[in-house]
Amino acid sequence: MARVVGGLTTSHIPAIGNAVPKEQQLLNDPYWKEFFAAYPPARAWLQKVKPDVAVVIYNDHGLNFFLDKMPTFAVGAAFQYQNADEGWGIPTIPSFQGDPELSWHIINSLVGDEFDVTSCQEMLVDHGFTVPMSLFWPNHSYGGVKTIPVCINTVQHPLPSPMRCFKLGQAIGRAIESYPKDLKVVVIGTGGLSHQLDGERAGFINKKFDQLCLDKIVNEPEILTRMSIHELVRQAGAQGAEFILWLAMRGVLHNRVTKIHSSYHIAISNTATGLLVLENAA
Amino acid sequence: MTVATTTEKTPTPASVEFGHHDLPIPGTYMFDGEAAMKGYNLNKMCFSFNNAENRAEFLKDEDAYCRKYGLTDEQRKAILERNVLAMIHNGGCIYYLAKFAGIFGLTVQDVGAQQRGISVDEFKKMLKAQGE
Repeated sequence: MARVVGGLTTSHIPAIGNAVPKEQQLLNDPYWKEFFAAYPPARAWLQKVKPDVAVVIYNDHGLNFFLDKMPTFAVGAAFQYQNADEGWGIPTIPSFQGDPELSWHIINSLVGDEFDVTSCQEMLVDHGFTVPMSLFWPNHSYGGVKTIPVCINTVQHPLPSPMRCFKLGQAIGRAIESYPKDLKVVVIGTGGLSHQLDGERAGFINKKFDQLCLDKIVNEPEILTRMSIHELVRQAGAQGAEFILWLAMRGVLHNRVTKIHSSYHIAISNTATGLLVLENAA
Repeated sequence: MTVATTTEKTPTPASVEFGHHDLPIPGTYMFDGEAAMKGYNLNKMCFSFNNAENRAEFLKDEDAYCRKYGLTDEQRKAILERNVLAMIHNGGCIYYLAKFAGIFGLTVQDVGAQQRGISVDEFKKMLKAQGE
């Protein structure tokens, strides 16, 4: 049977997409050094567990989806996922391999579980997907890992609630662990932590709240799922609402997990960056 | 669009007891159905900037490009003046507006500073100070 070995979360700021190809030169750069220093333990954990598949829960920022059709939850079911020009100059990177058979198993299971998702046989993946993949597997060396993008709407309100996203994660977890093939799966939640790009409150960061989230998400995530989206926006900033993607990731994992690694840094671009690696109990 | 105008005494402290109250959040605009309808053409134009040819066509004649997408006078004025807050007041969604800003090499810090009405240096200092 397939099993979920663990989960990772990381911020996905576009500026990182420009910095990643220069990581070696930036290791001593005062702005970037602390940020990049956080990633080797996450990469080492991935090299140890050697996952076959990564389910990547992210948000599209206007590359694949527009307001003409805006699904709340969308699951990729393609053989390949292409990156493309997002309009502001992040270098595009090679395509990612999919696992459509597992995708359809997840889609069937989710709809059976009352999560009526949108299935996508073509799906462009933007920095919300590519930046975390580039951070966790440098130089596009994905080690044969196949990917399944799960996109959650954070563009247009109403956004799905923290509780709903956590439950979606739980349903994805049930789907994966009912798949008959012997696969090791990791789940990646991207985005966050606190940040706000728009309005007079642009530049808002909430360190105390972020640290609470990083702590509670490990073994008391239910506490965080009690928030409304409005409260999350108040606490984490308009785009800090991306924390719902972290909660979806956490839902996929078992009740008890072990924290392997975490990091928090203010700021890259306008964002407080967070990194977390959690391992499921065997 | 939910426009927050009232002021709050103090921000809610982070705790494990979260309220579900919907008090306005000053300086924050929820991009909801109303805003999405108001800003549809503006956002559609900005969405077109994913394509390099469209960016070049816009730069050749900004006003003509805005008219092609049917922007309102207020939206066109906001675009021509690079006024991000005015774009948001006219239904712009920051995820699409960022593609417009990218044409001029403006970063999210440039855009943030402009909306706050402070210099980019002041904005960067403010970001850093929140980590201390």
